[in-house]
Amino acid sequence: MTPFDYSKPLVLEAGGASRQYWIDLWRYRELLMILAWRDVSVRYKQTVIGIAWAFARPFMTMVVFTVIFGAVAKLPTEGTAPYAIMVFAGLLPWTLFSSVLTEASGSLVSNANLISKVYFPRLVIPLSTVAVALIDFGVSLSILAGLMLWYGFAPGWQILLLPLFVALALLAAIGPAVWASAMIVKYRDFRFIIPFVTQIGLYVSPVGFSSKVVPEQWQLLYSINPMVGVIDGFRWCILGGDSPLYGPGFLISMLVVVIMLVWGALTFRRAERAFADLI
Amino acid sequence: MSDVIIRADKLGKKFVIGHKTELHAVLGERVTRSITGFWRKGVDMLKGRAMVDGDVLEEFWALRDVDFEIKRGEVVSIIGHNGAGKTTLLKILSRITEPTEGRVEIKGRVASLLEVGTGFHGELSGRENIFLNGAILGMSRAEVRQRFDEIVEFSGVEKFIDTPVKRYSVGMYARLAFAVAAHLESEILVVDEVLAVGDAEFQARCLDRMSKVADAGRTVLFVSHNLAAVTALTTRAIVFQSGRVYFDGPIDAAVAHYATSLRRVKSEGKWGKGASTALISAAMLDDNGIPTDRYEPGKPMKVRVVLQTNGVRGMTLELVLRDEHNLPISFYSTSVFSQVSLPGKAGRYECDIELQPYWLAAGEYCFDFVTTYTNVSVDHRVDNALRFFVERCSPDSIPFNFTQNAGKGAMAMRLAGPVGFTEIEATGDELQLGPR
Repeated sequence: MTPFDYSKPLVLEAGGASRQYWIDLWRYRELLMILAWRDVSVRYKQTVIGIAWAFARPFMTMVVFTVIFGAVAKLPTEGTAPYAIMVFAGLLPWTLFSSVLTEASGSLVSNANLISKVYFPRLVIPLSTVAVALIDFGVSLSILAGLMLWYGFAPGWQILLLPLFVALALLAAIGPAVWASAMIVKYRDFRFIIPFVTQIGLYVSPVGFSSKVVPEQWQLLYSINPMVGVIDGFRWCILGGDSPLYGPGFLISMLVVVIMLVWGALTFRRAERAFADLI
Repeated sequence: MSDVIIRADKLGKKFVIGHKTELHAVLGERVTRSITGFWRKGVDMLKGRAMVDGDVLEEFWALRDVDFEIKRGEVVSIIGHNGAGKTTLLKILSRITEPTEGRVEIKGRVASLLEVGTGFHGELSGRENIFLNGAILGMSRAEVRQRFDEIVEFSGVEKFIDTPVKRYSVGMYARLAFAVAAHLESEILVVDEVLAVGDAEFQARCLDRMSKVADAGRTVLFVSHNLAAVTALTTRAIVFQSGRVYFDGPIDAAVAHYATSLRRVKSEGKWGKGASTALISAAMLDDNGIPTDRYEPGKPMKVRVVLQTNGVRGMTLELVLRDEHNLPISFYSTSVFSQVSLPGKAGRYECDIELQPYWLAAGEYCFDFVTTYTNVSVDHRVDNALRFFVERCSPDSIPFNFTQNAGKGAMAMRLAGPVGFTEIEATGDELQLGPR
């Protein structure tokens, strides 16, 4: 590990030991990477089709959504884009969001043995779970590329901004995920709440449908759901001019993302000290 | 003073624990209790407090008013019975948990080993786990890579280094885990009971490694129940009892104090009760009838057990003597061996039992006390109820001390008559032995 600063003695006392936290977090980045690598490398062990699961799940969801919302319920797509691509462009950020939320929120409890035996900034654990979600996301992205080739749909210049929106989806997930992970340590009730939230969220977020189907006077209110801004951003990147971004709504979504991120981090930091005692 | 590397000042750690009071099989009571429990948990949650299960809450100080200083390069052992606060102290020093009051100042990097193989993942190979465990213990990848060969060699599992560790035997697993930890570089090393795993050969190797670490001038804090290891490795010990420093000083004196701290805590403990009887307390008495924790081999062993009975007939008191490995070595039953049952009148009794002299090897022992009904069903059982020490065992004034850690059992055999040799006539089938 990078050399520690010994000029000042480390003082351990109630409510203390927080000054160096963010520096410590940076020092422990190798641990973060190695935990991420551990999660990735054990993920598909002892499965028959292995990494193909990463393809199968999002693909089947896309097919089901296209059939139910597009063909059965006949919801409109955006512009000229094929419905499957519109759905998939929404499904990608949603899956990223929900898998980060699910994995990260339970991560502290499943790593209880580490927490009660070794010191490191605890934020390392929920953050390390992001890697698994990102790899699945990468796989899904390649399915999307294949889908676009199949339909002969070319994206506009906006596609270059996609990494930015990926980061945004991650930030949107990390705020609540970090908050929930800290809460689960104290109250295991959240174990039951989180799957419920992701399940409901799938239907209240514009995943299977376009956010344009929401009446105009409700658009602003609808954007309080941060995933509305994130998903719309994705669609804008991928579908280009066919899906113009709704400015004020997007800003509200971003504001909610930032608030949740700060709140999540603060809650986590406050709760962190007692993790080893409670877990 | 500049060479003080760890300084603890009025250190304290409080926990809130919940007790379940006895539940009567009355539906109404169950309902009201679950409602009040639910209410309290809800209030706790709204206030952001931790939830505690139980009907009665109690504050419990795992550590209180702990002061000590440790100098650079010192090797100190922390001893105390279970629940004395040792592990809590190590957890505070290694930053896993925060003190409730007081403070600790630490100069230097602390490597803490509260368990070997923390974070080992069964699906990963030995090689992968070395890197994973190294990172968890605070080593950089470069550091691990640099020492990789050394670690593998020390562990002795070269052949299986690319096998998932879930296929390892317990011993191999422990060896690999300790090997990683043994190659940590830090100013301060904190070790908790890691020697409890592995076979004797491996334990010897661990001890050897630990003394090398100590010789290299690093500061070591070492928690162990293995008094032999503690005495061999360290010169100073801090004895904890009920969360306080009971003794701090040279190792020999500390080991003696440890023995008395054990006895005191046991007698304070609550032993619970059985259906018809309850064992209340027990003590070993010296010649003058004064409680002691020393037994002098060759003298009658006097044990006093306080118990209560509801007067049901056919109850027996049984004693099991165990050595320091907790193996039973001797047994006595009042009704089987002496045709004596517990009194048939309800009440509390002192039961004095005087046993014939034993030549117990020096070391630690304990008694389990059990009351049984007609020698069949156990009514009340208290394990490790009475601990005591034998300091010296030299039957017939032999010039050395026969101890339990000699590995030759817990009791010296004595003669009923002289040892005799009588030569047997040669028959021709004598074995060829080495030259004289």
